[in-house]
Amino acid sequence: MLTELEKNIIKALQAGLPLVSRPFAQLGLQFGLAEEEMLNKVNELKQKGYLRRIGAALRHQRVGYVANAMVVWRVPEDRAKEVGEKLAQHPEVTHCYQRKTGKHWPYNLYTMIHKQTREECKALAEEMARSVGVADYRLLFSTRELKKSSMTYFAD
Amino acid sequence: MKLDALDKKLLNLVQTDFPIVSRPYKELAEKLNITEEEVLSRLKRLMDADIIRRLGGIFDSRKLGYRGTLCAMKVPADRVDEVAAVVNSYPGITHNYLREHEYNMWFTILADSPQKVEKILQEISTETGITDILNLPAERFFKVMVNFELNGV
Repeated sequence: MLTELEKNIIKALQAGLPLVSRPFAQLGLQFGLAEEEMLNKVNELKQKGYLRRIGAALRHQRVGYVANAMVVWRVPEDRAKEVGEKLAQHPEVTHCYQRKTGKHWPYNLYTMIHKQTREECKALAEEMARSVGVADYRLLFSTRELKKSSMTYFAD
Repeated sequence: MKLDALDKKLLNLVQTDFPIVSRPYKELAEKLNITEEEVLSRLKRLMDADIIRRLGGIFDSRKLGYRGTLCAMKVPADRVDEVAAVVNSYPGITHNYLREHEYNMWFTILADSPQKVEKILQEISTETGITDILNLPAERFFKVMVNFELNGV
């Protein structure tokens, strides 16, 4: 179980690391922790697996990946694991999930691909389809980003 | 904003390899052979230009007790903005995209119980009058990668 202090540290780290020479010293101030104690807490959260890493999240449309497609695949249930693992191996695939299906929605595998153009996305999907022998798939291109934000944990 | 080679190297480093030490920006600076001040000013510029959306902790939401789902909704073209305003008002809905399909609005929900997900979907449905919403919780994770290699761009 996470302590209140740990939850508050998670909230602070989620909000962002200050752009100052000693960011952990500055973060520690709001919790009454010295720099070293703050660093220990952060490392502990990492060791326990709560914190994956500290890092930057980019707005990828702004750095050259302009065509984003969600490719949805209809794969027989008994092949889902094998096919999911294979599709995930493509370096252009950033996310690969198996999901429950819906009433009029038979697709159970999802891959996100990012390329410079739509044509490249289509060619890649074809190549992926061939590599796993699955013919029933669709590309859903994103046409507008309506929201992209970071999660606020422990907000309520 | 135009990115130079150093910006790209810096972006690659801060996506994957941010040091948890007293002076992390100084450590990054040493790897790039520039000063700590320059790392800080470049990062500030990249944030101001909204190329870096956030620099901070990246957490394992499952481990924190949260579960995610992907939802899709059929929204008439002339109601997209109005419906998006309702959907986007939930902090647990972190991503929302318009896609080319009958199911055109695709959003993710993170919540600390399946009941909360249901409650949010019920509220969205009531408020918008749209009942055709798919709820597609993940059953298996094969890959979650959010880094982008910038050298080839």
